[in-house]
Amino acid sequence: MSIFWSPTKRFSLYLVVFFLAFSGAFAAPQEQHESAPQKEQKAFDPNIIIHHVMDDHVWHLWDHGGTIFLPVIVYSEQGGLDIFSSRNFYDDHHNKVAYNGYVLDDHNHITLNGQSVLDLSITKNVAMLLINATLLVLVFAAVAKGYQNNRGKAPKGVQSFMEPIIIFVRDEIVKPNIGHHYEKYLPYMLTLFFFILFGNLLGLLPGAANLTGNIAVTLTLAVITFIITNVKGNKDYWMHILWTPGVPWWMRVVILPVEIIGIFTKPFSLTVRLFVAITAGHIVLLSLISLAFIFQSVAVGFVSSLMVLFINLIELLVAGIQAYVFTLFSSLYIGMATAEHAHDDHH
Amino acid sequence: MLLALLLDISYAILGAGIGAGLAAIGAGIGIGRIGGSAMEGIARQPEASGKIQGAMLIIAALIEVAALFALVICLLISFKS
Repeated sequence: MSIFWSPTKRFSLYLVVFFLAFSGAFAAPQEQHESAPQKEQKAFDPNIIIHHVMDDHVWHLWDHGGTIFLPVIVYSEQGGLDIFSSRNFYDDHHNKVAYNGYVLDDHNHITLNGQSVLDLSITKNVAMLLINATLLVLVFAAVAKGYQNNRGKAPKGVQSFMEPIIIFVRDEIVKPNIGHHYEKYLPYMLTLFFFILFGNLLGLLPGAANLTGNIAVTLTLAVITFIITNVKGNKDYWMHILWTPGVPWWMRVVILPVEIIGIFTKPFSLTVRLFVAITAGHIVLLSLISLAFIFQSVAVGFVSSLMVLFINLIELLVAGIQAYVFTLFSSLYIGMATAEHAHDDHH
Repeated sequence: MLLALLLDISYAILGAGIGAGLAAIGAGIGIGRIGGSAMEGIARQPEASGKIQGAMLIIAALIEVAALFALVICLLISFKS
């Protein structure tokens, strides 16, 4: 056998390594249960599934040394600005204790002597968001530098990997829906697409935090789209909402509240669609992994691992599709709001 | 006594289970219809199979999100009670 494998053999090797890499996705949660004393059978607690998809002050990667106690940053009138490690909230047996009057309750809310505080902590999701942002900046700075260096030449490296995706977003999503003047909105659309795509994919890695499945994150993205849509809306857009042309006045009275509600259902649907798709996917994955712990059998574990592998691949597809759909609907709304007067059938 | 029976929390979990099943049926019917129309379209015009496949996948994801919405609510009910 020659030391150089044929392209088919090399591709098969990459495929096997790729699948094995993602099959490690369920190694992390298993560690947590093996830490229980081997003699007693710990009953399975379903709250662990919800705990894994929600935000937390502690980033638990693996047992015995893999726990990152993220900093807690709180501001209140009473206590001023306080920064401390969240390790202070837990004693040696992982029970919650109060610290300097601050109490961390079961819903991850921090109170000071019974009053709520402004919680600006670096939680798991915030840390994940910063990692996502750093990744985006690094990758696309490299792409931009590639375009500068390779001016007039064929693209190389990460630039040639990102270029088809960027052109796909520009030609299939932004240009057809926004029409002319699409260059003004292209930076935002590209950022939106890649932020959601990278966030979704990062959330599928073992030990990662559920970034785009946090309704606050998706709400922020939807609100930014909402602000752009309504600030850039031209006269036709607002006329169609407030003073619908071509209908009798008594119908306008009925249509007006419906249209006003329609302004707000659009960002609401954007928020909920992305949040539900990603969070439900993670909950399904975690439930299937938990099957092995409910039944406490190796055979069920084997079967559930295969199912989890299959669903993980579906989740990869969903990650890409949800990024595409969010960007598509955003550009659709902006396109509808900035559309030039194309029809004059009601003049 | 009937009121006490109705206020029993286990009926909420029963409702959550039935709701999740109904959501799965809804998703199955919707995606099945999309798949059927896509198959028919590809059979009529095999050259357009790439575009039809692409559109089918995207719409299937949208329908699935609606079903997952119901699933999440049922999970919330069963975990909160």
